[in-house]
Amino acid sequence: MATGRIVKVAGPLVVAEGLTDAKMYEVVRVGKERLVGEVIVLDGDLASIQVYEETAGLGPGDPVEGTGEPLSVELGPGIISSIYDGIQRPLEAIQARWGAYIRRGVEAAALDRTKKWGFTPKVKKGDAVSAGDILGIVQETTLVEHRIMVPPGLAGTIEEIRAGEFTVEETIGILKDAQGKRHELKMMQRWPVRRARPYTEKLPSTELLTTGQRIVDTLFPLAKGGTACVPGPFGSGKTVIQHQLAKWADAQVIVFVGCGERGNEMTDVLMEFPELEDPKTGEPLMKRTVLIANTSNMPVAAREASVYTGITIAEYFRDMGYSVALMADSTSRWAEAMREISGRLEEMPGEEGYPAYLGSRIADFYARAGRVICLGSPRREGSLSAIGAVSPPGGDLSEPVTQNTLRLVKVFWGLDANLAYRRHFPAINWLTSYSLYNDDLIPYFEKHVGAEWNLLREEFMRLLQIEAELEEIVRLVGVEALSPSDRLKLEVARSIREDYLMQSAFDDVDTYSSLSKQLKMMQLIWRFYELGQRAIEQGVAIQKIIELPVRERIAKAKFIPENQFEQSFREIDRQIQGEFESLLAGGAYAARVH
Amino acid sequence: MQREYTSIAEISGPIMVVEGVSGVTFEELVEIELSGGEIRRGRVLEINRDRAVVQLFEAAQGLNLRQSRVRFLGKVMELGVSEDMLGRVFDGAGRPIDGGPPIIPEKRLPISGEPLNPYSRDYPNEFIQTGISVIDGLNTLVRGQKLPIFSGSGLPHNKLAAQVARQAKVLGTGEEFAVVFGAMGITFEEANFFITDLRKTGALERSVMFINLADDPVIERITTPRLVLTCAEYLAFERDLHVLVILTDITNYAEALREVSAARKEIPGRRGYPGYMYTDLSTIYERAGRIKGKKGSITQMPILTMPQDDKTHPIPDLTGYITEGQLFLSRELHRKGIYPPFDVLPCLSRLKDKGIGPGKTREDHAGVLNQLYAAYARGIDVREMAAILGEAALSKTDRLYWKFADEFERRFIQQGEYEDRTIIQTLTIGWELLSMLPRGELKRVRDEFIEKYLPKRAEEPVVA
Ligand SMILES: Nc1ncnc2c1ncn2[C@@H]1O[C@H](COP(=O)(O)OP(=O)(O)OP(=O)(O)O)[C@@H](O)[C@H]1O
Ligand SMILES: Nc1ncnc2c1ncn2[C@@H]1O[C@H](COP(=O)(O)OP(=O)(O)O)[C@@H](O)[C@H]1O
Ligand SMILES: [Mg+2]
Ligand SMILES: [Mg+2]
Repeated sequence: MATGRIVKVAGPLVVAEGLTDAKMYEVVRVGKERLVGEVIVLDGDLASIQVYEETAGLGPGDPVEGTGEPLSVELGPGIISSIYDGIQRPLEAIQARWGAYIRRGVEAAALDRTKKWGFTPKVKKGDAVSAGDILGIVQETTLVEHRIMVPPGLAGTIEEIRAGEFTVEETIGILKDAQGKRHELKMMQRWPVRRARPYTEKLPSTELLTTGQRIVDTLFPLAKGGTACVPGPFGSGKTVIQHQLAKWADAQVIVFVGCGERGNEMTDVLMEFPELEDPKTGEPLMKRTVLIANTSNMPVAAREASVYTGITIAEYFRDMGYSVALMADSTSRWAEAMREISGRLEEMPGEEGYPAYLGSRIADFYARAGRVICLGSPRREGSLSAIGAVSPPGGDLSEPVTQNTLRLVKVFWGLDANLAYRRHFPAINWLTSYSLYNDDLIPYFEKHVGAEWNLLREEFMRLLQIEAELEEIVRLVGVEALSPSDRLKLEVARSIREDYLMQSAFDDVDTYSSLSKQLKMMQLIWRFYELGQRAIEQGVAIQKIIELPVRERIAKAKFIPENQFEQSFREIDRQIQGEFESLLAGGAYAARVH
Repeated sequence: MQREYTSIAEISGPIMVVEGVSGVTFEELVEIELSGGEIRRGRVLEINRDRAVVQLFEAAQGLNLRQSRVRFLGKVMELGVSEDMLGRVFDGAGRPIDGGPPIIPEKRLPISGEPLNPYSRDYPNEFIQTGISVIDGLNTLVRGQKLPIFSGSGLPHNKLAAQVARQAKVLGTGEEFAVVFGAMGITFEEANFFITDLRKTGALERSVMFINLADDPVIERITTPRLVLTCAEYLAFERDLHVLVILTDITNYAEALREVSAARKEIPGRRGYPGYMYTDLSTIYERAGRIKGKKGSITQMPILTMPQDDKTHPIPDLTGYITEGQLFLSRELHRKGIYPPFDVLPCLSRLKDKGIGPGKTREDHAGVLNQLYAAYARGIDVREMAAILGEAALSKTDRLYWKFADEFERRFIQQGEYEDRTIIQTLTIGWELLSMLPRGELKRVRDEFIEKYLPKRAEEPVVA
């Protein structure tokens, strides 16, 4: 491999000459410390390289060496529960070797080379296999069975397959291809991060990704394999909602990419997830989670790569037939990293200085989500749901990253500073947000929760719309000018907002609501509304209805644990009926009161 | 290899281009010797073959294309640190200005710092009692947090920061904070206010000050916060101190950054600030925190004045995206004579949730703070509505909320500059205020806490 020489250093960008056989996106080693870089422009004899580490100390004349390989990730047992930097260096191993600060030039393999994994074959000698076929399994964690697959591009017959304890580099079998060439099979494969991993066929997304977040599941649901974005100004709750999804979404594998955000937020996940239990299995959530961390003070070029590193790992688990959810917090930092590199390359800037290819990069990223029939046998379905936070400057959604994202994703959870200011969380604006999966998921809800879900959902949306219109009137003439029926609508809409949509991520009980709890909570609110309207028709004073003691119980229903909910729900429901009955019986009629 | 040159090709503002150099590396420290022997410093911003672009740390005044000698020092900029820095005052470039002896460094540290491995961080969760109700009660500060004050010109942010510096303590430990103070482009009076205040309370002995005044070189301001944080890291992680870093005014820092960017003719981002300002600011703010296995910590309280009180301006905006919350000051409350004039609604401490509750503050804390927030927000809505529609259009409950908002400002937000409230006092005021509302409105607090802490009244409140 030819060795080149640096001619220019400008921040994360290095230009080298003499790298005669360099390829685009090839990984190179820069300087005496052999920093990792990637060729991003080739122009005559000059190669522009983005360097994934601090470039201080590099200068003209320093060597640059090609590796012949594109930027790739290592895929195999040992990924789950790890925390990696943007180019898949394991941060735990780095701390063990180099201490608390990330030095330049540190090197550590993504997958531990010494750890042995128990491998159980699922094929036998003589089997014909092709790319994606499951060769065998490794119980990687209590939650994830790692399925070792024939790497894309390979096919033939199994000449040998072994059971037992192996490291990721040891040979677990031999495959003979059609040309008679023998290939050693290992548990580890590599894949270039900028290339989507292949699958057999894409399928429509018709299954709910249950999140346990009421406003999400009820009003703006996400389908497995779907795409969503969460734009919002600082402090509006982007990170918390993504953490909530990482905790409670019913995906089998979670990949969380901390892209250019706070160090403490990654630490938070690292410390909290091992303590939290998966609601289904009771196992620690960390056992299905992979973290990619390039915090805001880490090198900017690696931030650009981190999103690709994350989605490639996510695709790999999708290929095993799992439902995978990836969260990227925040895609704006990724776009800004692109902008910074593009600026250093002196490319022609597009809107707000972003490169002209911003839109296509964002599109390529979200296109890697989806529900698919995986490559290989046995036949299996996998899904990759992608959720990206967007951090628009000044909270203004007209900026390029938000706009390009909105063109692609199907769910928009718009966060609203005003809701956040009044501590209404999740601060998802119910009037502007949308989910394009709503219609596709109607049959799903009908089958798994009941037809009433879809009806109540529509009624809730309708009341919230009406509320917005009524609020306009109230602002002009005051609340006393409304009819009793409209006042009840306002009250119930408020109850929907405060008692149902508001959900504290930090309350042990409220943090997660099952679909059946969600349905029952909706039923309680709706029961109150219907009986209320009926009482008004019979002349009961609105004030009496507003003051019914049961409203406090409805409001606090969210704090009732799942295992007690069934019973409490029946009690509250009975109390609603009872209180309305005594209102009518007690003669609390408007006419008599006035 | 030749390391000294007289080949300055160009000086423009804070940027200098030197030609014909060899062996120069990125970020390398540069010394420029003026004809009179005076030394200025800078660093390599870009190196292209034999042409080095150098950013000056100090004023360009007196530099000369032919006579000034440029030396490349083969290392990045460092700060000599020692415990003897406590009690001392330095200029924005790290030179003592208090008449004391030079510091004999125990070691020299690169001022840009290195990114802390997220795996090595320890999550901040120790409650700091500042004695200020809006902070302790609603936007709790914890040890290792970065919590800026978003202010405006003429608002009492300095008074507030000084009060925090004076009163901050971790409950039960009695440990006091060491203060590392960085001034960037503030006036002599402002700087003097801090020095005097720290001296008065005896805190100067455990303080280090780096001061770049309004009439000091603008360009020095880019280094000042990095000196501050290098010193703070040394004290926190090598000398086990709990350090409170106060940086004021970040706006002046950002303007210096813009000046360098403009001189380099970079493509400007929003309002002329460079596109990399987010990353640049994060290399300052992210140097707060705790490290597993280390005793000390760095808590940051940067102060910035929002140009035209505009919180969407890139300086507060990018800051808010990096820091762990923010404290807003309000011109309106200031005009009403309320100190500290917190604009409570947009204030936020992102780390509060793990710093409060049983064993830290009190079991009811989270509920009380959410309820106070919700009630105050509604009270403000009502007050605005009443201004349009008149009081008659309000419902009974709305009127209670209105009264609540007024009382909240008068009793909870407002306090004395030397009033040091315990967290229990703060929560008690909170409950007293909540007792103004019908009990059914207190949806954010658990019933058991209402039973236990809500002041008992003979009957439900009514408005006359
Ligand atoms: N995300 C949002 N989506 C739609 N409307 C919103 C949103 N946030 C705030 N609003 C509007 O702003 C108004 C004020 O917010 P909200 O009602 O939550 O506060 P509140 O005044 O405490 O409630 P209430 O008016 O019932 O007392 C709402 O009534 C609603 O119409
Ligand atoms: N669902 C929620 N429940 C309770 N508090 C929340 C919730 N979502 C957000 N918050 C509060 O808002 C703060 C900011 O949220 P965060 O996700 O960090 O915002 P962003 O990422 O948009 O800047 C959090 O620290 C927390 O106090
Ligand atoms: Mg965030
Ligand atoms: Mg309202």
